[in-house]
Amino acid sequence: MSIFIDKNTKVLVQGITGKEGRFHTQQCKAYGTNIVGGVTPGKGGQDVDTIPVFNSVADACRKTGADATMIVVPPPFAAEAILEAVDAGIALIICITEGIPVMDMLRVKNGMAGKKSRLIGPNCPGIITPGECKIGIMPGPIHTAGGPVGVVSRSGTLTYEVVHQLTEQGLGQTTCLGIGGDPINGTNFIDCLEAFANDPETEAVVMVGEIGGSAEEEAAAWIAANMKKPVVGFIAGLTAPPGRTMGHAGAIVSNGQGTAEAKLAAMRENGIVVCESLGELGEICKSTFC
Amino acid sequence: MKIHEYQAKELFRRAGISVPDGKTCSEQSEIPAIITGMKMPVAVKAQILAGGRGKGGGVLLAKSEEEAVAAAQKILGMQLVTKQTGESGTEVKTILLEQGVNIARELYLSLLIDRDRGGIVIIASQDGGMDIETVAAETPERIIKVHINPLLGLQGYQIRELIFGLALTGAVAKDFAATLKKLYTLFVSYDGSLVEINPLVITREETVMALDAKMDIDSNSLFRHPDILEMHDNREEDPLEVAAAAHGLNYIRLNGTIGSMVNGAGLAMATMDLIKQAGVEPANFLDVGGGANAEMVENGFRIILDDPNVRGIFINIFGGILRCDILAEGVVAAAKKVRLTLPVIVRMEGTNVDEGRKILAESDITLTSARDLKHAAELLAAI
Repeated sequence: MSIFIDKNTKVLVQGITGKEGRFHTQQCKAYGTNIVGGVTPGKGGQDVDTIPVFNSVADACRKTGADATMIVVPPPFAAEAILEAVDAGIALIICITEGIPVMDMLRVKNGMAGKKSRLIGPNCPGIITPGECKIGIMPGPIHTAGGPVGVVSRSGTLTYEVVHQLTEQGLGQTTCLGIGGDPINGTNFIDCLEAFANDPETEAVVMVGEIGGSAEEEAAAWIAANMKKPVVGFIAGLTAPPGRTMGHAGAIVSNGQGTAEAKLAAMRENGIVVCESLGELGEICKSTFC
Repeated sequence: MKIHEYQAKELFRRAGISVPDGKTCSEQSEIPAIITGMKMPVAVKAQILAGGRGKGGGVLLAKSEEEAVAAAQKILGMQLVTKQTGESGTEVKTILLEQGVNIARELYLSLLIDRDRGGIVIIASQDGGMDIETVAAETPERIIKVHINPLLGLQGYQIRELIFGLALTGAVAKDFAATLKKLYTLFVSYDGSLVEINPLVITREETVMALDAKMDIDSNSLFRHPDILEMHDNREEDPLEVAAAAHGLNYIRLNGTIGSMVNGAGLAMATMDLIKQAGVEPANFLDVGGGANAEMVENGFRIILDDPNVRGIFINIFGGILRCDILAEGVVAAAKKVRLTLPVIVRMEGTNVDEGRKILAESDITLTSARDLKHAAELLAAI
């Protein structure tokens, strides 16, 4: 078992004909992901490395039965690409694109309310169920299939670091996903935690947060009220200066809000095992989960 | 991206939002000519991007032309120290001279992105001219918040909620409604992340006017706002940060002694934290990105080394798409090119890590390879 994706997931790539799109499509396919088609308006009828390209998401869905899509289109067009996928009824939309204007994401977020599609990202590495399906830009080989740990994070390479340490400790993963570093995103920590809570194969969860916003605090409260499985937490940005955007658009401490200290305190108060030093994360997971 | 008060007021003026008549000046020699003929009193305002200008002495009110000239000469060129500039302050390169306004009341008004609710929030208060965070902390009942769904836009009942909450009536209420509608449209059409008017004044002539204006624009939206891009003033930014940005590097300068180069923002933050936990202080945040190449590594080295406080460098790369062997080659080439003499600790993991470590080990540059992050922390502590 896993959350959101498995070996049966049929995946489209929006932006497949771009350099990045093509490269990451190949990487996903090589990992074993069932890539059924790509979408680039105006290039329908062509193919990219034997993958058929369609003019629209709706057309691609009709012809391939896709139920997930990976969006790797440039920022000015990414919000519209998400909305097109929503309109076509795609169940799972993974938006990798970094740099989408916040105003565009506000419209997407509100426009998706009540729709059945789930959005992961934007500005995220994607999602992987090791050994079954990889929809994203993460390196596949660092993962270990079969569980029992679920990983959810706001970051990219920091997630790889965490997964690598889990693998080094002999701890496999059920599903690992990044929910994105932007201030406005789709799936949040709580959505993932709830899914991990309901996944019989996931026995424990690692949650990786960073400065900015209050998603970690809300997730911590949810965990205290609902989560029966052990959770190890890590927060990046203890040394980040206030008022500065630390790479990710959403990683900013403003007016004393969104500090790492507040998030760590919320985690501790709600029974999450906090890892303070990144070098020890794998060991802490081993001692907490095993 | 922050813009200056006079730039925000120009956007306000174009949008039909009332602002005081004013002129800017950037040359000492032009001060007398600009002030001659202005209606007194005049407000002389330092144009720097940092906040807290008034308390720092960057805003003066003059009742006569002589006073105005003296105030302008004093402020233009001064090192203005505010709570946001740091101890050394910021040089005032432009001033704004504004004709006085007959103030009846001072209000507070701001629009910002509400990331928790996924909308836009309008915040208003009758306590204009004060520090709004103090008002929110001490008298939260005097703060009015209205949440806007960006798909529906600003609704009439929401404007009325603000009008009643601010105790506005008659012509003033009408002018406020018109001003707010224009401000909301401006905020959305220019991808604002913040618009703050403190104070928004009610004049004795019963009009609504923006006496101050602060506006931040979403940096990710600049591709569709070339006019805003032209307003960008990087003279207050750290020169190293400006140079890094020109190379496409995400760099923020800090006060410590250990420089770091990392791929990915989250890992870069966690690496800074690790440096601090090892008992030394991080000198910077530097994210070279997932697709970093040898050239970016070299540029990153140069930026780090241009900071005279740096005593050592920690390279922490998790190779995914960026392969460790490519990175190692880049590090070796860059270290030779920039004639590196400082201690360097390299920690690599991920794709092709063994090849990468071999390249580092066989090179003739002096660096220390860390086995893992724990080992890296021990090495950092020993610098």
